[in-house]
Amino acid sequence: MTVSPAVPKSWYLPSKPHKFCPGCGHGIVLKALGEVIDELDILDRTVFGCDIGCSLLSWNFFNCDSTQTHHGRTTPVMVGIKRGRPDLITIGYMGDGGGYSIGSQHLLNSAVRNEKVTLILVNNTNYGMTGGQMAPTTLPGQKTETTPYGRDTELTGYPTKGPEFLSALTQDSAYIARATVSNYRQLKRFIKNALRNQIEGNGFSFVEVLSTCPTNWRTNAQQTLHFLEDEMEKHFPVGELKNPLGKGDK
Amino acid sequence: MQAVIGESKKAFMTGNEIVTWAALAAGAEIMFGYPITPQNEIMHYWTRLAPKYGREFLQTEDEISAGFTVCGAVQAGRKAFTATAGPGNVLMQEPFGMAEAMRLPLVAVIQQRGGPSSGTVVYSQQEVTLTTFGGNGEGHRIVYSTATHQEIFDYVIKGFNSAWKYRFPTFIMGDGYQAKMREPLTIYEPRERGIEMVAPYPLVGKPGHIGENRDPAHLCNIYSLEEELYEVVMRHAADYERIIPEIIEYEEKECDDADIIVVSHGVVSRAADDAVKALRAQGIKAGYFRPITLRPFPQQQLRDAIAKSGAKKMLVAESAYGQLYRLIRQEIYGETIPIEGLFMPGVGIVDYDIITKVKGII
Repeated sequence: MTVSPAVPKSWYLPSKPHKFCPGCGHGIVLKALGEVIDELDILDRTVFGCDIGCSLLSWNFFNCDSTQTHHGRTTPVMVGIKRGRPDLITIGYMGDGGGYSIGSQHLLNSAVRNEKVTLILVNNTNYGMTGGQMAPTTLPGQKTETTPYGRDTELTGYPTKGPEFLSALTQDSAYIARATVSNYRQLKRFIKNALRNQIEGNGFSFVEVLSTCPTNWRTNAQQTLHFLEDEMEKHFPVGELKNPLGKGDK
Repeated sequence: MQAVIGESKKAFMTGNEIVTWAALAAGAEIMFGYPITPQNEIMHYWTRLAPKYGREFLQTEDEISAGFTVCGAVQAGRKAFTATAGPGNVLMQEPFGMAEAMRLPLVAVIQQRGGPSSGTVVYSQQEVTLTTFGGNGEGHRIVYSTATHQEIFDYVIKGFNSAWKYRFPTFIMGDGYQAKMREPLTIYEPRERGIEMVAPYPLVGKPGHIGENRDPAHLCNIYSLEEELYEVVMRHAADYERIIPEIIEYEEKECDDADIIVVSHGVVSRAADDAVKALRAQGIKAGYFRPITLRPFPQQQLRDAIAKSGAKKMLVAESAYGQLYRLIRQEIYGETIPIEGLFMPGVGIVDYDIITKVKGII
């Protein structure tokens, strides 16, 4: 007898098992998102858009309509879809490079305009797909392919704090949070709130998710969790920065 | 869709204003734009008129975003468009490439300005190469080059239909002179002229229930294997080749017995038309050929004009340093007719310039 693992109904099974590296956090984020899509019963009207980078591997992850864009350009594509069809629920999925670097003007301005889209940005402190270069989120001193002696903050500045700057730019109707794959229940709750905020027509909704990249970090399981929970969270405090839904869905 | 023009009527308008009226008449539902001269008034008229007809507008943070929001809106099943020029056209090559790759019915109006770089805000024909073959693709685009204000109106309407019928990104290319100049024309409802507007339809957010009566749409734009991409591009190439005869448009005058054929496009062809008439009056057998579609290019029609006339020379006149000239040379490869150029990058060309040049080379 074959026993299937419990997976969200919204997952597109022919694309499983997924193609992310062992130990990568993307699968956890996408599982939480899948469960939220199921619980909110929004599959038929959800459009999922993914960026280029590791996030591109999610292009056929779900059973919902999905579209793939360019590096950094998921935000304007989702804005175009939402403006064209406000009845749809649009979810943009991107990495830290796509969101905070090459696509930062789109992220910033869509936040200012209070675009009614939900964006999920996975922060793993490097450009994973291209082989582990420095990202806007790379920690001070962290070694990457383009900072082989460690990130020198004199030369390249400090890690970008996305939820913090987006909080400063947005109106009270925006939802802004930072989650981590090491706290699944909280991650799922934040993603659910970010989608509820769009469904209720409030405004811009954004969740950064601290995630793992053992392949490029060159870490074993224990070191990976240590870097995520001890090093990253020191720079990137986890929590809701703006929640117009009040206490949200516990 | 609400009637915009009503009964057809004479108008006296700038090219930019005409673009707006034509887009409204064509049923365009939303424009995404970013300010750049000389196309700004398209947005200005659109933002004034659109709300009266239930249409929408978004001023984006840059041209990259304007192009990609159009890509999103057409996926959502809306007739969307943008307009740009010069450096904006450069930035939009990225979304234009995505529209090519994903076969999105994107419509863009290009009002050429001087280049390279910021160039001038005034006029040129220097965006031919960029608009026809820009981006990291194969030029699977439809590019109309208009010459008169009537054509701006006609081809903006036609452009929406070509985009939604064939699903290749479609460009209506004018220039700063056409954008800013006023000229008489007749504006009309498309259906009054028997033009059936192709209805838009969604690529995502389709009706129905996933798993019950429809499958999810998974729109792919990056491929794991060389062979996967190869198949996609070859399929697009085959589609493009097949529809070329339906799309090709050109204008030809006095070529039957011409000793020299003057080739030009866009607003310069009006000077060429005058020049050919004047040369004929002076006993010089000049002919006139004008590609209206720069992509696909009417190469067989030009070859036929060369063959039937037995012309000894061809003159390519353009407000650029050989962009149309290079396009023609690649399109009619193998023809032995000598081709001369009258290249005036970024400045206007009048009949006198062409007459003088022809007399100098005939």
